[in-house]
Amino acid sequence: MLHRQPLLLMREAARMRFLDNPPRFLFFTGKGGVGKTSIACATAVQLADAGKRVLLVSTDPASNVGQVFGIVVGNRITPLDDVPGLSALEIDPQAAAQAYRDRIVGPVRGVLPDDVVKGIEEQLSGACTTEIAAFDEFTALLTDASLVADYDHIVFDTAPTGHTIRLLQLPGAWSGFLEAGKGDASCLGPLAGLEKQRAQYKAAVDALADARRTRLILVARAQQATLREAARTQEEISAIGLTQQYLVINGIFPPDETDHDPLATAILRREQAALAAIPEALAILPRDDVALKPFDLIGLAALRRLLVDSEKSHAISTAGSQAALNAPTLGTLIDSIAVDGRGLVMLMGKGGVGKTTLAAALAVALAHRGFPVHLTTSDPAAHLSETLVDALDNLTVSRIDPHVETERYRRHVLETKGAPLDAQGRALLEEDLRSPCTEEIAVFQAFSRIITEASKKFVVMDTAPTGHTLLLLDATGAYHREMTRQLVATELHFRTPMMQLQDPTRTKVLIVTLAERTPVLEAASLQDDLRRACIEPWAWIINNSVAATSTTSQLLRQRAYNELVHIDDIATHHAKRYVVVPLLREEPVGVDRLLELAAGHHRVTEEA
Amino acid sequence: MKTIQVFDPALCCSTGVCGVDVDQQLVRFAADVDWAKQNGAKIERFNLAQQPSAFAERAVVKSYLERSGQEGLPLTLVDGEIALTGRYPNRKELARWAGIEQRAIEIKAVGSCCTGSRCC
Repeated sequence: MLHRQPLLLMREAARMRFLDNPPRFLFFTGKGGVGKTSIACATAVQLADAGKRVLLVSTDPASNVGQVFGIVVGNRITPLDDVPGLSALEIDPQAAAQAYRDRIVGPVRGVLPDDVVKGIEEQLSGACTTEIAAFDEFTALLTDASLVADYDHIVFDTAPTGHTIRLLQLPGAWSGFLEAGKGDASCLGPLAGLEKQRAQYKAAVDALADARRTRLILVARAQQATLREAARTQEEISAIGLTQQYLVINGIFPPDETDHDPLATAILRREQAALAAIPEALAILPRDDVALKPFDLIGLAALRRLLVDSEKSHAISTAGSQAALNAPTLGTLIDSIAVDGRGLVMLMGKGGVGKTTLAAALAVALAHRGFPVHLTTSDPAAHLSETLVDALDNLTVSRIDPHVETERYRRHVLETKGAPLDAQGRALLEEDLRSPCTEEIAVFQAFSRIITEASKKFVVMDTAPTGHTLLLLDATGAYHREMTRQLVATELHFRTPMMQLQDPTRTKVLIVTLAERTPVLEAASLQDDLRRACIEPWAWIINNSVAATSTTSQLLRQRAYNELVHIDDIATHHAKRYVVVPLLREEPVGVDRLLELAAGHHRVTEEA
Repeated sequence: MKTIQVFDPALCCSTGVCGVDVDQQLVRFAADVDWAKQNGAKIERFNLAQQPSAFAERAVVKSYLERSGQEGLPLTLVDGEIALTGRYPNRKELARWAGIEQRAIEIKAVGSCCTGSRCC
């Protein structure tokens, strides 16, 4: 492997605009799997190589920083011997949330009845608790001068969401809450047990919003869905008053490395098209492009080469030309689903993993086999679902726009339940309706009307609430009320809606993920969450797999090779059954293309 | 002045909007508490999910939870004694316990007809 001199490196690296006159705090934000941690690590190394004293703070749940540098870091500031001037600190948000739960629940465990204690723990198991607990952990790094005086720069591989910042900024939400602890405010619930005082959170938010001290760097990929999400983040944080963001597009396919491979050429074209149509909110930001690298970003040498220009990679690629992966295909999964002749099929997973396309493929394949099918989709672009309307006689398609539904739900609540309230009561209600769960619930409410059809036909949904939300809805009885109201009288034996979701002959939950590190971790935690609600995911779908293609591009072969460890991990540790869906040259639109996707291009093998 | 203490079930929001169906009782009660406080009432609310110690510390609340479970909440204490269980107090009850004059309720009621319980 080449060894480059730091001096040469800095000259090349200076091309990265987000590293121009860096302020004290650097935050990298973006959805899971875009490469935040790698870029944060590379940035920290680069600053340290330039003679700065740097602290790298990671909230990556699987301690990736330690892995990247090949040492154990953990929850204390650890100097990295190989890079003079660089120290690292890992904050595990799950552990932080658990510590917080223990602080609240610990004193009453064994004192209050067990089922009561369990209910309390579930209330504190949501994503908002985790995020706020992590924010609480690094507040001191933003505000405590004595703690950070030793560093010129502090680099975070994550950033609080706009929602968290907004919560912390809302003066109304704070009134009497932390000071008096009487629980007046509502959605700040997770903050109730946090130890720091309001002044400290306020100072942290002020530091975040100050462009002289802080730079927020959005990390995205050259993909339409990812860019759309980044644009939403940008709009959200600029509305809060943070305006000096930078944009990094990571993993761009280098134009001269397609090796005339059709898949590589298609990816290049698709990425360039996505970048040409970049959302306006992002187009105005200073932008850096980071090329897709043929090597794993593990170790110092690899990190030092991440932020430099693309280099020809053939010599170091460890993967030779090999046949496409022989794994179970989507077709086998559809065969087993079809056996029941009816039921609810819910696809779950993070945004951008391809749930909408896969849901459409499943629905079309089931309808093509003669079953009545109702596909409900929250497809934001609508172009996919539009091509399916009236395409097959026994396929019904309904589309739900999450933003429209959420707005409709908010308005409905304010107009009906809010009507009899006085001005103050309305203000309190409006504040609560800004809670992060509102969208999830609004969308699920819209879907729930259709779910009852699943006793007679197939209902395929491309979205679903998390196990945590289901448990909360179930506990309050709200979900139950909603569903029983809509249950038809013909249902003879009574069962609760939660029982319907827990019964694998009636409901099949399919987890969709990618064969990459962070997406697999996120999918595994989604599965844990569902298992808490006694819902066992029926299968995993590994989407957009390069390993399942027969590409000859060296760069893609390397990516295919990197996928294998994750596919194996899913097959052996996570999934009851799994299928692998290949990355396609073009997005499958229309019945024929979706049927092709559903059939799979490879030999069929069933996983035991 | 009597102290009113309300022990909520585990809620993530005091207005209860996080359910599929917003609980009208909770929405109304949140507003009633606000109103009563403005009229000088001393009311505290404890959320089981956020302040479980407040439940465990009070023998009367703890034994109520053991007997009736979470489903038995909400529970209202007035000066430490059980005043109401299984539902939230309405504005009239809050006014009686807190000693808010009836006149105040009526004046308020002119402004918006439905602020009390079940008047429509």
